[in-house]
Amino acid sequence: MKKSVFLGTLAASALLAGFASAATLDDVKARGELICGVNTGLTGFAAPDANGNWQGFDVAICKAVAAAVLGDASKVKYVPTTGETRFTALASGEIDMLARNTTWTFSRDADLKFTFTGVNYYDGQGFMVKKDLGVSSAKELDGATVCIQTGTTTELNLADFFKVNNMSYQPVAIQTNAEGEQQYLAGACDAYTTDASGLAATRAVFADPENHIILPEIISKEPLGPLVRHGDDQWADINRWVLNALIAAEEFGVTSANVEELSKGTENPEVNRILGTEGDLGAMIGLDKEWGKRAIAAEGNYGEIFAKYLGESTPIGLARGLNAQWTQGGLLYTPPFR
Amino acid sequence: MSDLHANSALFVRKEMLPPSDPPALESGAIKWLRENLFSGWLNSTLTVLGLAAIFFVLKLGLPWFLHGVWNANSLGECREIIAATWGEDAHGACWAVIRERWNQFMFGFYPRELYWRPVLALLLLMVALAPVLFSEKSNKLWIAGGVIAVLILWLSVSYGQWIPVGILVLLAAITGYLGSRGVHWPVNLLWFTGVYTGLAFWLLWGGTIWLPVVALLGFVVGWIAFRFASNAVGTIVGAGAGAIAAILWWYFAAGALSDTLTGLTGRTQPFWLRGVDSDEFGGFVLAFTIGIAGIAISLPMGIILALGRRSDMPLVKAICVGFIEFIRGVPLITLLFVASLLLNYFLPPGTNFDIILRVIIMVTLFSAAYIAEVIRGGLAALPRGQYEAADALGLDYWKAQRLIIMPQALKISIPGIVSSFIGLFKDTTLVVFVALLDPLKGITDAVRAAIEWKGVYWEPYIFVGAIFFIVCFSMSRYAMYLENKLKREHR
Repeated sequence: MKKSVFLGTLAASALLAGFASAATLDDVKARGELICGVNTGLTGFAAPDANGNWQGFDVAICKAVAAAVLGDASKVKYVPTTGETRFTALASGEIDMLARNTTWTFSRDADLKFTFTGVNYYDGQGFMVKKDLGVSSAKELDGATVCIQTGTTTELNLADFFKVNNMSYQPVAIQTNAEGEQQYLAGACDAYTTDASGLAATRAVFADPENHIILPEIISKEPLGPLVRHGDDQWADINRWVLNALIAAEEFGVTSANVEELSKGTENPEVNRILGTEGDLGAMIGLDKEWGKRAIAAEGNYGEIFAKYLGESTPIGLARGLNAQWTQGGLLYTPPFR
Repeated sequence: MSDLHANSALFVRKEMLPPSDPPALESGAIKWLRENLFSGWLNSTLTVLGLAAIFFVLKLGLPWFLHGVWNANSLGECREIIAATWGEDAHGACWAVIRERWNQFMFGFYPRELYWRPVLALLLLMVALAPVLFSEKSNKLWIAGGVIAVLILWLSVSYGQWIPVGILVLLAAITGYLGSRGVHWPVNLLWFTGVYTGLAFWLLWGGTIWLPVVALLGFVVGWIAFRFASNAVGTIVGAGAGAIAAILWWYFAAGALSDTLTGLTGRTQPFWLRGVDSDEFGGFVLAFTIGIAGIAISLPMGIILALGRRSDMPLVKAICVGFIEFIRGVPLITLLFVASLLLNYFLPPGTNFDIILRVIIMVTLFSAAYIAEVIRGGLAALPRGQYEAADALGLDYWKAQRLIIMPQALKISIPGIVSSFIGLFKDTTLVVFVALLDPLKGITDAVRAAIEWKGVYWEPYIFVGAIFFIVCFSMSRYAMYLENKLKREHR
């Protein structure tokens, strides 16, 4: 009897949790604030500046969503999440969306019951070695000691890569990126492995970047993207199409500088539909007509965001690579706005 | 006889010789060295090894320390300055990161124009602690009070706020009035210690002042109920009645009364401060908030748990033993994860159960279980005669505890209790695992994520470690002072 009451309570609270998350858009509008889970600090993707304002590539996605939904890119509450807390924070409804360089995997999508709303950065795991090691390919790393962050997918990828290539390695377990840099510089390991974007940022701040090389092999696929809970398709659609709008805006040459002018009407009907001068796509996802215009005006289109936080003009200096438009040989390809 | 001597001895010394210096090897620094550092081959080897170790550490660390740069805007600039001043191969600390991100290390994301509030809370904390920590007035205390008053004035002037001075004037007026009515130190300031909890909450989180006022009134209501009921039906029932009255007050009256009063006063300055969310807390403001709240609540809780564990009442004893053993059997991180993650699933969705409050509760429970065991050690160390003497005097349980048992047991437990406090304060850095920005790792990692400071490693750790050392060392020194003051046995 007691047990069944207890279980019943549990089930009821679980049900309630399910219902309550069913209308995230209404919650966000009522609150007047988007709660966005971000990294506690990852160079280029999310970091607070000296005044405490969050900035970065992932943060820009939060701002774009807030601009589309609430009309104000600054109405975001950033909740720093760690690798452990991020999924619980999202599942429990503490945050509305998670934009925290999270790799889209089968189990996270299906088993953890999240919906990835796209890919904002195609990353992959790489290696960095000191130049005087005389290695030019990851295939020559047989017997090397490798600094590797524990408890991440990078650890598993590393094991797979060495197994497939019939090589051996000695892992040096590290906890954080900063510790990894320190161990690598101190010579505790021959190679340092993490996502290629992270390697580039790390190398950029070394005192002697010219003495370190990033090996050409990328040994894993790490499509990083924002995600929301299962069960609220409208909210997922909003997130997905805000990201798509940013990508499409770059493809069609809509920038934060000319979005105001272009929204008066252009020759291109698709641009008109994105910016809300033609048709009413916003109504289909529960927003007004100008959602796309505001999302693009917030931090610019995808290309502008990339250039601002990760691109070659920043110290991190990443090339577009896979993250170029499909017309430029990259993987960014949005479905049509129609 | 003397004649005989005068003839038989050739020379008789008439005066004392001045004492000669001890042999060179048996005096001064050399003796000290021989006795303390080179008293045998083992100690000599260890001394040499130790000196070598110190030398190498200094050789590596000292130049790095001395080459430190304070004025730069990025790690790259630091490196350039060091290379320009000390040569290409020189290494140096980049203290500029502390300088540029000082506010973040101290206040986290607390709104910049409101920094006076946590600072004022800290200054007033010292005032509130003084009557608890020091039972007699001294010149040093007066000087400290003067310094705090000047700092509060400065706070008022530099932030253009009159509230700090207002609180100071109110504080001085009430204390002076009590003093003039014949209430002497430390009791004339003790009222402020009680009020401080609410005041600090209001200063840190903002909002309406009536919420903490009404919450504190609950204690007054409980006390009045206790006095009436205990006069009529006895202490135990009285305590129960007091607790129930206080709970009823908080549950039914407090919210409505607070809202009404807020409605009356509106959102005007003395009654309303801008609200600050818990997620804007960070750095040392967070560490001090959690640490001090935990310390303040866990001591009384620990005392009650310790008494409960030694109680004759089976139910009370079982609850206390169960609680203490459960909490001590679980790592603190587990409790923190429960507070931050598991609780989210069980609470009804939409409840906003403040994360800092959750963490404070868990840290307090954790620390209380340890302190209970420390105090139980003190209780066990008291001779049986003390309990019997209390009984013989006809004191009831609470009076015996208050007047005879606890003063002695707590005195014995001081080192253990302070160790627990120090441990608790350092454990506040563990909140990083529930994504709160503690100064040691949370803020440090966030700062390092900015491209300007990526690659900085030791400097933030050394800085934060130094501040933790100062705080913990002060606690330890105060414990020693208290032990000396309370020493009764060997006078």
